[in-house]
Amino acid sequence: MSRHLRVDPIACEAHGMCAELLPELVELDEWGYPIVDGRALAPELVEHAQRAVRACPTFALLVEQRAAHAHPSRPRPQPKNSSAVS
Amino acid sequence: MSVATPTLAGLPRLLAGVAEHGSLDLVAHLDVHGPAPELPAPGRGRHSALIDEVEAAGLRGRGGAGYPTALKMHAVTAARGRRRTMVVVNAAEGEPASLKDRTLLESTPHLVLDGAALAARAVAAGEIVVCVGEDTPEVLATVSAAAAERNRLRERIPMRIAAVPGGYVAGQESAIVNHLDGRAAKPRHTPPMIFERGVGGRPTLLSNAETFAHVAQIARHGAGWFRGLGTAEHPGSTLVTLGGPVVAPGVYEIGHGTSLRSLVDAAGGLTESLRAVLIGGYSGTWIGASQAGDLTLDDGCLAPHGASTGAGVVALLGESACPVAETVRVASWLADESAGQCGPCIFGLDAVAGRLDEWAAGLAGDGREEQLRLASVIRGRGACRHPDGALRFVASAIRVFAAEFADHGSRGPCGACTAAPSLPLPGYERGSPTPALAGAWR
Amino acid sequence: MSVLASTTAYWYLTRATGAVALLLATATLALGVLDLRRWATPAWPRFVVDELHRNLALLTLVFLVGHILTSVLDSFAPISITAAVIPFTSSYRPFWLGLGALSFDLLVAVTITSLLRRRIGFATWRAVHWLSYAAWPIALLHGLGTGSDVKSGWLLTLSIACLVVVLACVLARVAAGWPGVTPRLRGAAVAGAGGFALFLVLWLPGGPLGSEWARRSGTPKNLLPKTKRTVQGSERK
Repeated sequence: MSRHLRVDPIACEAHGMCAELLPELVELDEWGYPIVDGRALAPELVEHAQRAVRACPTFALLVEQRAAHAHPSRPRPQPKNSSAVS
Repeated sequence: MSVATPTLAGLPRLLAGVAEHGSLDLVAHLDVHGPAPELPAPGRGRHSALIDEVEAAGLRGRGGAGYPTALKMHAVTAARGRRRTMVVVNAAEGEPASLKDRTLLESTPHLVLDGAALAARAVAAGEIVVCVGEDTPEVLATVSAAAAERNRLRERIPMRIAAVPGGYVAGQESAIVNHLDGRAAKPRHTPPMIFERGVGGRPTLLSNAETFAHVAQIARHGAGWFRGLGTAEHPGSTLVTLGGPVVAPGVYEIGHGTSLRSLVDAAGGLTESLRAVLIGGYSGTWIGASQAGDLTLDDGCLAPHGASTGAGVVALLGESACPVAETVRVASWLADESAGQCGPCIFGLDAVAGRLDEWAAGLAGDGREEQLRLASVIRGRGACRHPDGALRFVASAIRVFAAEFADHGSRGPCGACTAAPSLPLPGYERGSPTPALAGAWR
Repeated sequence: MSVLASTTAYWYLTRATGAVALLLATATLALGVLDLRRWATPAWPRFVVDELHRNLALLTLVFLVGHILTSVLDSFAPISITAAVIPFTSSYRPFWLGLGALSFDLLVAVTITSLLRRRIGFATWRAVHWLSYAAWPIALLHGLGTGSDVKSGWLLTLSIACLVVVLACVLARVAAGWPGVTPRLRGAAVAGAGGFALFLVLWLPGGPLGSEWARRSGTPKNLLPKTKRTVQGSERK
């Protein structure tokens, strides 16, 4: 089982807190909406991800569990910056 | 508008009797197709023989996704538990270039309703809902009359007709479920699946109207008969809407694997030379004339072009039309048809249409890079497939009409840009302002 | 003039905590509108505005609890704990104190739903959160009607300053932070806010700033300053 970040695009209202709190995995497009790296969460980022999830005012950001090798519901674009934070 | 079939052996099937009777009432329907078979309801813990037959026939949904119908029926049966399931017939047909579902319901409604009733029995449904677009009152009237006629058939599962909003995304599966549940007719984020929790939280078998018509025929004639037409991967007949510069545009019934050439011939041939063909609808794919010559209408042949038959739209574009102007118009319309739920779709498709318009008007030089960039930003980030479909349409247009786009980019609009539109759009004016984005937040 | 034992200390504390609570509530509301308007600078990112709004709201509640406890413990005015949370049941200035209790109840509802927002869902949480726009003016009226400091400059100035901030916030919200709402509703909101301000302008001089407000607002007779012992003809508070 691995954990993955996902955004519910209907609930999302582009508040942008997720990108501030988790820049390693979330960047904002030109309209302020998040592009999320949906690959398996690195252990050192889990706590930051959970904080970002709590900060989302509309509950649009989610961490979901997925079985190994399960495909996400749709493919995710890869973020430019993928270095982990200390 | 003509309703006909190319003279192929074994056709017409769905449209049998339509040429003679026009619209088939119950008497004519029973005369042409015979009575629906009395299939026993599935026993406890076992599934219906009809599902086995549909599975052997290899029937795929005719709404655009091509999902194997038997798998859907199995899934609904498996999710059933103690509850009654639901059957929903989707005839909403929000695709402007598609006329097959309304044609089917106006010509031979009982075949669709037969299929729905048979499927309902097979999945132990408690109710059947037939969804028709509220912008097609004549279809509503015909189907309602047909449903009333069926009272004497003493079918036990109640059937009702529901009018659903017109609109491109309103006919999407989850949008229909939302509408039937009293919410706005907008798609929802995928889980849970409709066959598990659909209308009223009950497992729901939702399929296109044409799919149910095929079920009705498979029940009568069997899987072997069904496979007598079409290909191994995509057996059976299918309805296509042929539009554009042919003598007799309209709805045709063909077998999968029919060549485009023979379809055009059956429609009386071209009235001007062909520039390109759009396959699948406004979320489909353009194919240039040079490659369209050998095209056969089955997904195996279409896949290398990035296309699939989808909802059966085959829209021809003649030399006299301006492909750039047509693309811009449809792209603007697609942007307007966004359900307005997801930022990347609302703002993204608006940007795509806006940049395309500027490119076509010669205001933006070469707009190709920008379109590619926008596509990579938007793709996959909506709750439904609408933005992806629109991007596919635009990307194929830019590829197939590269020369025309480059020409417009450097020299601005061409003489044909203001000609009468070739691709049909419901009541849309070119140059309408993009819709206000207020309301984008909840 | 001598500071009597605990009575006077609680009395000061209740007025102080009340004033601070008003200030904090105003700041919370302002941050809420800034949050909704997606205001941010490099030094004030979005998550800071949001979390500060939440934290100040909790701090407001802390000060309100202190305000209520000190007013109950203070033996000058007969305010029971139930009167402090159930509106309009006290024997001391029942209406004006009751407004305070009402405002507190509304804020408790907002706070509890906010702490449990994941459980109750977004729509319910948001519907209850609108009550904060009601809680604020009710609290202000409570402060002006109940407090004995209204005539002194500091509370009046503070109240007016907070009112100006809140009016500005309401206008900012109506102008651009309230999408999908009819112009009629917007007009109603502006009219409501303006009407409230107008009401204060008209009411204050003859109300709390006028003569004998203590008696008119429902202070029990035994607590009223004795006027009979004054020099004949003149009144003194």
